Amino acid sequence: MSGKAPEAESAGAGTAVRAGLRLWAALGLLLVLALLCALPFLVSSYRTFQFTMALVYAIVLLGLNILTGYNGQISLGHGAFFAVGAYVAAVLMDRFGVPYWATIPASGLVCLVFGYLFGLPALRLQGHYLALATFALAVAMPQLLKYKAIEEWTGGVQGIVILKPDPPAGLPFNQDQWLYLLTLAIAVIMFALAWNLVHSRVGRALMAIRDHPVAAEAMGVNSAWYKSAAFGISALYTGVGGALGAIVVQFVAPDSFTAGLSINFLVGVVIGGLASISGAIWGALFIQFVPNIADQISKAAPWAIYGIFLIAFAYAMPTGVAGFLRLLWRRIARRG
Amino acid sequence: MSRLFRGIACASLIATATASSAAFAQKKYDAGASDTRIKLGQTMPYSGPASAYGAIGKAEAAYFKMINDQGGVNGRKIEFISLDDAYSPPRTVEQTRKLVEQEQVLATFQNLGTPTNTAIHKYMNAKKVPQLFVATGASKWGDPKRFPWTIGFQPSYQIEARIYATYILKTVPNAKIAVLYQNDDYGKDYLEGFKQGLGAKSGMIVAEVSYEVTDPTVDSQIVTLKSSGADVFFNITTPKFAAQAIRKAYDIGWKPLHFLNNVSSSVGAVITPAGPEKAVGLVTALYGKDPTDPQFAKDPGMQKWRDFMAKYMPGADVNDFNHVYGYSAAQLMVQVLKNCGDDLTRANLMKQAASLKDVQLDTLLPGVRINTGAMDYFLIEQLQLARFDGKRWVLFGDVIGHE
Repeated sequence: MSGKAPEAESAGAGTAVRAGLRLWAALGLLLVLALLCALPFLVSSYRTFQFTMALVYAIVLLGLNILTGYNGQISLGHGAFFAVGAYVAAVLMDRFGVPYWATIPASGLVCLVFGYLFGLPALRLQGHYLALATFALAVAMPQLLKYKAIEEWTGGVQGIVILKPDPPAGLPFNQDQWLYLLTLAIAVIMFALAWNLVHSRVGRALMAIRDHPVAAEAMGVNSAWYKSAAFGISALYTGVGGALGAIVVQFVAPDSFTAGLSINFLVGVVIGGLASISGAIWGALFIQFVPNIADQISKAAPWAIYGIFLIAFAYAMPTGVAGFLRLLWRRIARRG
Repeated sequence: MSRLFRGIACASLIATATASSAAFAQKKYDAGASDTRIKLGQTMPYSGPASAYGAIGKAEAAYFKMINDQGGVNGRKIEFISLDDAYSPPRTVEQTRKLVEQEQVLATFQNLGTPTNTAIHKYMNAKKVPQLFVATGASKWGDPKRFPWTIGFQPSYQIEARIYATYILKTVPNAKIAVLYQNDDYGKDYLEGFKQGLGAKSGMIVAEVSYEVTDPTVDSQIVTLKSSGADVFFNITTPKFAAQAIRKAYDIGWKPLHFLNNVSSSVGAVITPAGPEKAVGLVTALYGKDPTDPQFAKDPGMQKWRDFMAKYMPGADVNDFNHVYGYSAAQLMVQVLKNCGDDLTRANLMKQAASLKDVQLDTLLPGVRINTGAMDYFLIEQLQLARFDGKRWVLFGDVIGHE
């Protein structure tokens, strides 16, 4: 080190700039968090509900991003995991009297197991074939939920109505604000965990498998195990999102979980930015709000307007919103 | 002179002031109503699997436009906000919250679908916002004790099924009955009502077979039912399967007294694809006038509907019963709003919806009258039996009510 003094000096200057940027980034993150906490007290209950749903979708998209963005496995079936999470929560609350907060980890665990098991046979499938297999899951799910033998628990086509949870006694929030804050807290934890995961040995292994499967195997990465694990973890995130979604909407029915939902999730991941943690938030905002904007622009053909938005985003931001922002950030950083 | 004039002026001023304040006292409004307008909201599947029903929402919007062009209801224009929910319950919740909390509608009107309305059932009643004339035939919408803010529209599946049961008990008391039903809440609602109607005689049902909406055909079910030796067949199926069942029963030479549920009574969508000659003798129950039925060609009510279609929905399909249905519901809505007078509170709106006496609509069968009460939230409770003569449904017997 001592022999490379001049280099170290210039690197030191670079580090100082980078440290400064990192400080700004940290401050920015805190500011965003503060704003997110204040949000339900600034907007109407209806808007709070919409933002809660956006947070739910953000958790789901984060899970899907771990699988698709970081590990390169395309899933068109995450609506099915979302449905399983929602139904586990609803059935536990409705039939077994489990408190709502306890159903969230339960849904996550059930989906973890379900996702891992589904990941095992899916190992044999690559690329488009895997996409088709997962799509089959999404298409089958609404009908499986109507299956006669489990109707006693699932309520068949009628679905299950859930009571809206009250905030814990003594807290000065209304139900919508409480659900928002609860979802926000869970989302922050899930995001922190995901950030740690993708920046760890496991995350590097996942990306290595995505980029060079053969090289990764040669380096001693257990590809099969990591791929199944990625499926499981991804499903866990989606299950937690599904449970929260059920509690927020207060109702589950087979018609809520059509194949279109799974495709929407994939749209969200791609629009938000593949292999990006913050991309999940942008994608969630897109799938929550753009259909409403499209509906306002044209009643006759809302999905045509939605399609135009989709093409515009894909064309203007080919690496997703997160990629676009990263590019902007880099330009600013270079100038600074 | 000037003092006298001033006195008169003063008196008239006071008189006007008291008069207008008296008038003011009569006018009562909740969110969504004012001197100039009444705001109604709706969720409708304009996209997604049930988008064919979107025609209902369009017909209703057109009807309200016609009423507004004619001066509105008691001088107030109807502002109708109909949002797409794609038949997805979470979307219905979101859109309904938008209507209630952001748009501040006085009430929702004709939200379509059983799962979608179920998703907002508790919410609407907790918010005390009228959920008026929901467009679904499930029987759970007439529950004023638990859900005083929700009221249905069309005859419930159970009421219709009971009418068939009563007819069977009266005309073929020794029948052996076979039932085919779709395995979901719709099919089970019919079956439940049918068994209630048969009462102690429900043992008359000798075979009971279901199918899934995903099944390709119901051919094997029909063969099973035939082999049961039944001579009466109650066919609880949606249009595609109804056509298959009619054709298969004819082809294998099974000729029971065949009851077809109202859901599949459309000549265009069911009978024609099955083959009209195979459907001769089928019995169904009707409450609305079929736009394709020649017997209503000169009917004044249907003429009004045709004029409306020509002027406000040019180019729309005049054979689509959904347009008749939407017109009926919108006409009833306007009637209820008229009855509210200047008391446009949510409580009064609900009260008026639940105190209809012998209301007749242009597009309902002659004799079908709407009656509701504080403890009777079922609107249309009368149907008339009809037999298919090879070309069209021929009404017979009286309009049958449910007691």
